[in-house]
Amino acid sequence: MERFLAELWNVRWQLAEGFVATVEVSAAAIVVGSVIGLFVGIGLAFGNRPVRWPLRAYVDVIRGTPVLVLILAAFYILAAFGVQFTATGSGIFALSLFCGAHLGEIFRGALQAIPLTQIEAGRSMGLRMSQILLLVLLPQALRQVLPVWINTAVEIVKASTLLSIIGVGELLLKTQEVIGRTFLTLDFYVFAGLIYFLINLLIERIGRRAERRFALT
Amino acid sequence: MTYVFNFDVIWANAGNLVGGLALGLALALVAVLIGAVIGLIVAFAAVDGSPAWRRLAGGYVTFVRNTPLLVIVLVAYFALPELGIRMEKLESFVVSLALYAGAYLTEVFRASLIGVPVGLTDAGLSIGLTRFQVARLIRLPIMLRNALPALGSTFISLFKDTSLAAAISIPELTFQARRINVDSFRVVEAWMAASVLYVSTSLVIAAGLRRLERVFPRF
Repeated sequence: MERFLAELWNVRWQLAEGFVATVEVSAAAIVVGSVIGLFVGIGLAFGNRPVRWPLRAYVDVIRGTPVLVLILAAFYILAAFGVQFTATGSGIFALSLFCGAHLGEIFRGALQAIPLTQIEAGRSMGLRMSQILLLVLLPQALRQVLPVWINTAVEIVKASTLLSIIGVGELLLKTQEVIGRTFLTLDFYVFAGLIYFLINLLIERIGRRAERRFALT
Repeated sequence: MTYVFNFDVIWANAGNLVGGLALGLALALVAVLIGAVIGLIVAFAAVDGSPAWRRLAGGYVTFVRNTPLLVIVLVAYFALPELGIRMEKLESFVVSLALYAGAYLTEVFRASLIGVPVGLTDAGLSIGLTRFQVARLIRLPIMLRNALPALGSTFISLFKDTSLAAAISIPELTFQARRINVDSFRVVEAWMAASVLYVSTSLVIAAGLRRLERVFPRF
């Protein structure tokens, strides 16, 4: 234990760097994925067939494919086509696509759960479709989606560990580097696991607070 | 720029790919079976147990669900030998996935267990069944039926999670696809093949589960 603490002190900046990379990559993927998911959800719920069909294919293919396959495919395929992405770039790209497909399906469900009469009521008041969407439908859908959105955020943080496999210097890869030098395998893996656990616990706590804040009382 | 498709290398490796797929399915199946046993025990402990048991069950679920599966897999394979626990690759992966599955299935079973109407439990007790008999003969079957849809989607996501076995060089589908990619540089074909196999297998499992749900009518 003393040796572990001493080594931990030695590598503190290396692990901190990994931690920051994990947070950055996850946050980027969640933000981009949420934007994709929002548009995909709206398209799936209200689009006509030429819009719906490709979106459906996107959502189903991505949701049926393991994240690791998406990450490896993005990493190798983008490179083969001469897209100059870093490993981090293709990792964020893959995670965003994954996040967007999941959230798209969730947004669709939430939008379709709102009674159609509300759209009709909005029309009869003379609102345009964009206004109905922005003022009537989205506020309700977003509130309903919040718990699942928090879950997805946790999943993304967990999935970001897979980026270590393509060489993104996030927390898990940094941990593995440290282990390669110190041979304190159990200690450092458990430490990394604990950090992930705490990040996700924090997300859940913030999520629960937000749920209470936006709850209908 | 143009990319010329050439699926020859995929057909040449079709056996490996399908074998990898079968290995992944087998890993998921064993893991979900062990995980279901864990989930059943922990779910009953969480619903019927004393506050101490409840807290223990909740701790297990929270801890596992918030820890990345890859970390669990790496700990089981690379770190547990430090404690004298040595497992083969396949064994350690199945154990990791089963522990992971157990936490998710606990949540699934717990929710369905709470959904069993209290009236049925009372009815069972009033005709002279013991608490254990009520749990085994009344609550368990109804709970399992109600849990079926969520059980199915958990299995599908576990099947996809078997791709992580590639990280410890277990030759399942993702590992095989990556090997084709690295050996032949048929990048798009390799990942297309893997994706098609994963997606179609998930669809087949989902269709099978829907049929199963029709065979056993919902309570």
